[in-house]
Amino acid sequence: MIHLEGIHKTYAGAQPLHVLKGIDLDIAEGELVSIMGASGSGKSTLLNILGILDDYDEGDYYLAGTLIKNLSETRAAEYRNRMIGFIFQSFNLIGFKTAVENVELPLFYQGVGRRRRHEMAMEELEKMGLTDWAWHYPNEMSGGQRQRVAIARALVTRPKIILADEPTGALDSKTGVEVMELLKRLNREEHITMIIVTHDPSVAAQTNRIIRIKDGVIEHS
Amino acid sequence: MIELIAEIWQTARRNKLRTSLTGFAVAWGIFMLIVLLGAGNGLINASEENNDRYVDNSMVVFGGMTSKAHNGLKEGRDIQLDDNDLYTTQSRFTKNVDKAGAILYEGGATVSYGENYVSSSLRGVFPVDADINKKDIVAGRFINDIDIRDQRKVLIISENQARELIPGNPRSLLGKVVKVGEMAFTVAGIEKEDKSRMSTEITVPFSTLQTIYNRGNHVGRITFTFHGLATEADNEAFEKRYRATINRQHQAAPDDEDAIWIWNRFTQAMKMEKGTRIIRTALWIIGLFTLLSGIVGVSNIMLITVRERTREFGIRKAIGASPASILRIIITESIIVTGFFGYIGMLLGICANLYMDATLGSKPIETGLFTTTVFVNPTVGLGTCFGVTVVLIIAGTIAGLVPSLKAARIRPIEALRAE
Repeated sequence: MIHLEGIHKTYAGAQPLHVLKGIDLDIAEGELVSIMGASGSGKSTLLNILGILDDYDEGDYYLAGTLIKNLSETRAAEYRNRMIGFIFQSFNLIGFKTAVENVELPLFYQGVGRRRRHEMAMEELEKMGLTDWAWHYPNEMSGGQRQRVAIARALVTRPKIILADEPTGALDSKTGVEVMELLKRLNREEHITMIIVTHDPSVAAQTNRIIRIKDGVIEHS
Repeated sequence: MIELIAEIWQTARRNKLRTSLTGFAVAWGIFMLIVLLGAGNGLINASEENNDRYVDNSMVVFGGMTSKAHNGLKEGRDIQLDDNDLYTTQSRFTKNVDKAGAILYEGGATVSYGENYVSSSLRGVFPVDADINKKDIVAGRFINDIDIRDQRKVLIISENQARELIPGNPRSLLGKVVKVGEMAFTVAGIEKEDKSRMSTEITVPFSTLQTIYNRGNHVGRITFTFHGLATEADNEAFEKRYRATINRQHQAAPDDEDAIWIWNRFTQAMKMEKGTRIIRTALWIIGLFTLLSGIVGVSNIMLITVRERTREFGIRKAIGASPASILRIIITESIIVTGFFGYIGMLLGICANLYMDATLGSKPIETGLFTTTVFVNPTVGLGTCFGVTVVLIIAGTIAGLVPSLKAARIRPIEALRAE
């Protein structure tokens, strides 16, 4: 599903920062992996490259067989929209939109019609057990509910991969466990490839594979 | 599109006060533009209505004083136009001249009917005068060719003078014989009183006045209507030719510009039109500059909005919004805010114009001698409203341009990092 080959990334500046120093990585379809690393190790940069939010200087990145390289912003947006679902630590829901409107948004950018969009979003919310909360605004919901809305938003476009950046980071431990269970279930039942970035070993332990990054290279254990 | 508007409504609602304060500047700009254009139109219409009293394609020729020595004659001679000049005007310029006539004045005539009398002056004219000066006959007829040929003693009197002679029923004066000085004249027509000038003149046939008051072959001033002179250059060429011909008849230098005076109402109207255009343009420019401060305000607020919504745009981009779609949101919002408040301003401006029309527009100013209206129909037309709509859309786009480009350039990683 994901194939990285010799990825290098340097941030330009007065003192150029060589963040990724040759990353080779393969993630198969349906895998549940976690990426761990200390802050500054380059794991966020890797996640941004995987999420087509940032580009890289050297190497090749294939996502579902498509080479992701030197894309225009519009093209990158289109690929993100169709292939990737994001789950963020701080949920990143739009505050003035209701839960269902938030879930509908990626479909809006796909050009899906209003009624169809709404149906799909409601379906997704139902899977998350949030049907009754569809018309509530994010600030009327608990952290766990918000993260489930965000997960519904990530899943609604049927993406190739889900990228989760510290998905339990802003939740209390009990809710965190629930969210992890949900992600695991989605991976198990719907065979969605899932990459979770975390620094929490207990979260990482629940995944099939742990990829550790240190100083811009993958540590092989 | 509907979704875009719904979305903008959602965001605009969150900042009601801010949005309306910004909108006020735009509304004010458009209000000023509409009021200015309306008032300008009022003034222009009023002056056009004043000019409307004459037919445009006519000229008046007066005798002057030579300014150049010519043919052994010294400068400073008075030139009096005579029958010969009138004949020349009619016969030598047939290509352009339609109908020619002349006007002679005789001051201090008392017109009486029974016990009543009015002090007046006489004006001897040709039938063409009815066209040139747009005479409005309410009863009877105007001077005709037979009056001229037979030197008939008939006159045309204005309705208010007729009222002096027969207070109750002025129009019954038609056909009655009145005395002008010691001579008897028949009232052939009654003309509408023109409040915009001191109409104490009694109109009589030109030939009658010329004979009775011993004017010999003098004709006073020559008037004629013309055709086929479209441009200013055509008119100038014609005037030059005409002047040379008349001058020669009086042994004045052909290029002596003071021997006779030519008043061309057509070129005057052309100049007037040019002036009108300049005034309109100036009003638009002033109005647009007033609007400019509103546009800057909208732009400013949109910039703040973009800053506030950086994170939101980052999220949108992360989940697949293209830069163009972000651009569209901001530009549309800008156009809608500008357009909405612009239309409020336009509506208020039109109300103000209607108020002006109802007060100043309908109230003539009485100077004692004549009455005039400063404002005639001080409103703007549908065309202006369309023009303003186009201006608003352009203004909204301009106001939204910089902020929207800024929004489109937001990078999702940076936006999402900003906690």
